[in-house]
Amino acid sequence: MTATLIWILVALVVIGLYLSWTAGRLDRLHSRIDAARAALDAQLVRRASVAQEVATSGVLDPAASIVLYEAAHAARQAEEEQREVAESELSQALRAVFAEPEQLVAVREAPGGEQAARELTEAVRRVPMARRFHNDAVRAARALRRHRKVRWFRLAGHAPFPLAVEMDDEPPAALTDRQTP
Amino acid sequence: MRIGIVCPYAWDVPGGVQFHIRDLAEYFIRLGHEVSVLAPADDDTPLPPYVVSAGRAVPVPYNGSVARLNFGFLSAARVRRWLHEGAFDVIHIHEPTSPSLGLLTCWAAQGPIVATFHTSNPRSRAMIAAYAILQAALEKISARIAVSEYARRTLVEHLGGDAVVIPNGVDVHFFAKAEPRPEWQAGADREDGGTIGFIGRIDEPRKGLPVLMKALPKILAARPRTRLLVAGRGDTEEAVATLPPELRSRVEFLGMVSDEDKARLLRSVDLYVAPNTGGESFGIILVEAMSAGAPVLASDLDAFAQVLDHGAAGELFANEDADALADAALRLLGDPKRRAELRARGSAHVRRFDWSRVGADILSVYETVTDGAAAVAADERSGRRARFGLARS
Repeated sequence: MTATLIWILVALVVIGLYLSWTAGRLDRLHSRIDAARAALDAQLVRRASVAQEVATSGVLDPAASIVLYEAAHAARQAEEEQREVAESELSQALRAVFAEPEQLVAVREAPGGEQAARELTEAVRRVPMARRFHNDAVRAARALRRHRKVRWFRLAGHAPFPLAVEMDDEPPAALTDRQTP
Repeated sequence: MRIGIVCPYAWDVPGGVQFHIRDLAEYFIRLGHEVSVLAPADDDTPLPPYVVSAGRAVPVPYNGSVARLNFGFLSAARVRRWLHEGAFDVIHIHEPTSPSLGLLTCWAAQGPIVATFHTSNPRSRAMIAAYAILQAALEKISARIAVSEYARRTLVEHLGGDAVVIPNGVDVHFFAKAEPRPEWQAGADREDGGTIGFIGRIDEPRKGLPVLMKALPKILAARPRTRLLVAGRGDTEEAVATLPPELRSRVEFLGMVSDEDKARLLRSVDLYVAPNTGGESFGIILVEAMSAGAPVLASDLDAFAQVLDHGAAGELFANEDADALADAALRLLGDPKRRAELRARGSAHVRRFDWSRVGADILSVYETVTDGAAAVAADERSGRRARFGLARS
């Protein structure tokens, strides 16, 4: 009788430890998503500000400047629900403006242009990186949260179900083929 | 930035991953970052100042060959100490799925972790069995890097999630400026001969020397003064065993060569052949050959096709097909114009693999993951109470 009781107690402790460990995993995943989301935000803001700077610098022709300025401005001001659309439109605007490699040459030749071109290149390269890292974390968290043990014991608490960021972040070809000096 | 790099394989054994880590560490040190590499090594091996030994690696059969790996309490303790003393901003683990230091570090650390996946081996039974364990450790990785699109695909299929592709780096300038050695060049024999280069382990069939040996009689029949220069260790007698005795003098074994001689060999030959039959996820040697301006002929493995830009920067032949290899080699040796074209395209293509670019990309990854994240710390597995609190809420 006591033996059975002890065994039940041991089993309960083991299950408890396992659940606690799983909750810890989940907790870690959620903080990873938060960090990745913050990093993605930072990269998006950086990209929009560099694009805006280039647009207002007067290096590009007026039409290209307006297109780029509009898109960058919209991306910075967008509400959370409109953000992915606005950022995708900025990607498209950047691709359209820098479709001709000559535009990049023009930016480089302007005073301080080398710096701006480098920042823009870096920004368009890092946005897809940050988004991939974010979505990777989201996928891992969702996989764990769908598991029975997490749902039955409500290990996720009140944390919202994580959502992937879906947007067009294809960089302009002229900016990805970075030439080594 | 304080960077900690984890090397899973013994430091004193030459290998692609080890060289990659060495070059990466030295690149970052030149840029002024603080780098510490944790690698398995015997306690009496001389190590560069930036390498910390994680103890002796134990030879274990793994993934088709004998690998020297680290595991057990002693290694785990050293990993913890290294993490604790290093106070890194980011740690970069190479080959996190191999049962060695990489996995131990994943277990022991928390904070921004970057991981590079080098191999693209098909899902092994051990991996399936260990999936649950691996998943819990791999979840801690904030950013994954695959060395090729092919490696990324395998990663996505087997472990899920995603990765950015950053190729392995090569010091293009080092190979481009190497002096050719006259005795390795064809010289006057170019009319009915030429020199073919091969670099790799002789006794490792996956490196494909047997395929090249099978193709050699046909090449020599058409161009009798062709010479094959083979650099790499292994049993030379066994390697030429399949060749008719009168042809054996056309094969020259150079043994293990230094980095300088490797570059000079690649600068000298008329054609570099990579007949590897499988197990490659990148093909750094092809990039080195192109950097040195050698026209490349390689088997059409997925990884090789990608490095060679699907045949634009170097020619491909059907894998393990000695006849196709011989035909392609003869066509190239007899066509100086095509070779010059491949040289030019290869030299332009390799710029994307130069350290200046690869290193900057890897640094971008570090900076992306350290944005908005705390520094690396040892995972103390404390706060159990907090976790229970979380479970109840």
